[in-house]
Amino acid sequence: MPISRGKMRLEKEKLIELFQFMAKIRIAEEKIAEIYPSDKIQSPIHLSMGQEAVSAGVCRALERTDHLYGTYRSHGLYIARGGDLKKFFAELYGRNTGCNRGKGGSMHVVAPEVGLMGASAIVASTIPIATGDALASAMQGRERVVVAFFGDGAVDEGVFFESINFAVLKKLPILYVCENNHYAIHSKVSDRHKQTELFRMGEGLGLTGYRWDGDDVTRVYSHMRQACQQIRNGGEPLLLEFMTYRWYEHVGPKTDHLEAYRDQDKLAQALHNDSLEKARVLLRSKFGVSQETIARWEEAIKKEVEEAVQFAEESPFPVAEELYQDVYESRL
Amino acid sequence: MSLMTYGQAIRQALTLAMEKDSSVFVMGIGVDDHKAVFGSTQGLADQFGKDRCFDTPISEAAMTGIAIGAALGGMRPVHVHIRNDFLYLAMDQLFNLAAKWRYMFGGQMKVPMVVRVVIGRSWGQGAQHSQSLQSFFMHVPGIKVAMPTTPSDAKGILLSAIFNPDPVIVIEHRSLYEISGEVPESYYELPFGRAMIRREGRDVTIVANSYMVVECLKAAKYLEEQGIDVEIVDPVSLVPLDESTLLTSIQKTGRLLIVDCGWTTCGVSAEISAWAAEKAFDELKRPIRRLGNAHVPCPVSQPLEALFYPNAKQIASTVCEMLDRNPLEEDAPQLVSKFRGPF
Repeated sequence: MPISRGKMRLEKEKLIELFQFMAKIRIAEEKIAEIYPSDKIQSPIHLSMGQEAVSAGVCRALERTDHLYGTYRSHGLYIARGGDLKKFFAELYGRNTGCNRGKGGSMHVVAPEVGLMGASAIVASTIPIATGDALASAMQGRERVVVAFFGDGAVDEGVFFESINFAVLKKLPILYVCENNHYAIHSKVSDRHKQTELFRMGEGLGLTGYRWDGDDVTRVYSHMRQACQQIRNGGEPLLLEFMTYRWYEHVGPKTDHLEAYRDQDKLAQALHNDSLEKARVLLRSKFGVSQETIARWEEAIKKEVEEAVQFAEESPFPVAEELYQDVYESRL
Repeated sequence: MSLMTYGQAIRQALTLAMEKDSSVFVMGIGVDDHKAVFGSTQGLADQFGKDRCFDTPISEAAMTGIAIGAALGGMRPVHVHIRNDFLYLAMDQLFNLAAKWRYMFGGQMKVPMVVRVVIGRSWGQGAQHSQSLQSFFMHVPGIKVAMPTTPSDAKGILLSAIFNPDPVIVIEHRSLYEISGEVPESYYELPFGRAMIRREGRDVTIVANSYMVVECLKAAKYLEEQGIDVEIVDPVSLVPLDESTLLTSIQKTGRLLIVDCGWTTCGVSAEISAWAAEKAFDELKRPIRRLGNAHVPCPVSQPLEALFYPNAKQIASTVCEMLDRNPLEEDAPQLVSKFRGPF
């Protein structure tokens, strides 16, 4: 049964929730960019500023027991799934109170308690393992939906095709979510593919795909919610492509807007299409939320971020013995 | 001679190779972007055209196979990877095809390709962006492996690799990109299987590769002040390995320490130790010692990361132990990395 293209009616509370998670991602990442030149965060950072609607819409559509696998650009996923913000900043600071106890850093955030099952720095490498998790779910009674979340660069890899083939063959409970931010490092999709409609990539293998605006959080959420429902009802795997745009450099705390690889018109349009501002406008116009109320929420989030940073700064580094801990369940 | 960085020396080698032979081309993720793989491919696309220096999809397995095929078809591809770790994806093509194609067909076929890869180190790059894979490549017959340390070696061995009739993996190190050295301007090839003596000495032979040579030189300077005279041998090429230079040095000092920028278990240091135990056992006055990365995945947290990598202090301290000298003073040299992120 094809997924509906209609817009689902979104309740006020849900939009507030989505907005607050988006704002938290934005504010946390602005803070990271601000701190970074001080060298307190010694881990390569891949910011998702401008892409918050995709993370928020996808993650908030999931049940807590659903599983999600991310990439090295997963700050947004961690926050939107409801991962602990203090542990997040502590991880960036390499402290042993961090979500990976200081072992993983920015590229490998994890929060299994809310279903974020890991993030990998090797492009596309979590697509097969997400597929395996979906196989497990199918073997266990299909109680959870699994989401393989990846960027437009990941569809270049062989494991993407090999995994989706297996998933459609076995009708696994999985959604392949492609966050298309236009660039794999500095390469445009059209530099790497003749077929630039990435949602069509699985067609020959029997995987249905859709492409939607990834900067409108209400749409991301609604489509994602319906897709999850379809999977829960026994439906086929799907490929969902959400179109967005990377505002910052591939890695690092700066923008690189003047570099030759950027299309200036597209950039201007993307900055204008600020998903957070769109959500603010909608809150005001559709639900009558006042500007003051929105500002108050944002202030509260800023405070929460400040507290998380303080927690990180005051947390201890791991002690030397921890170097050899957790290679195996018990030390050999 | 002129002073240039490691990256500039590599770029010069690529430029000279591409001028010399139109079959040489460069491909890899980001080779034509504004960062140009730490500057090492800067300007090549402008000078030689986009057909001879081009970006690729993120498809390591297929692109490696494509490089192999291009080599079989008469070209000389240089396939560049900014992160060593991504080569795990290409292992099938490298080991089952590139390494076998000559032998399996009775010597009738050849794969003159070069794979350039960069090892990351420090700045919390973590478990998947900092690995050193040289021992994997040494293990499988059919591939040559080079790990140049200085800018002039990097230029010479890369030119040698490009015009070599066999597949060659040239392993570079991110930390070496910060280092400058004198490099001859002209075209020259550095032969495979010839080690470089980085420092002559009589007390202990230290075999070190790539960035670990830098740490060893730092340790050597400190040890010299203590009246200890180490000899540092840099193999430059691991396959083939210059056994005679190593043997001569061991015969002179009677003590062998191997410092590799990978893990010791089944690593380069294990192989050289085994070789020395077989070939130079009677020359050794003390057991062979080895230093390498802690046998864990690389942690991000800074204090753990500092423990993960061998450093000048550990090297100096191990040398002292091998000579029954007193342990190091507290002010002994510490690892000081000039590198500052983002990567």
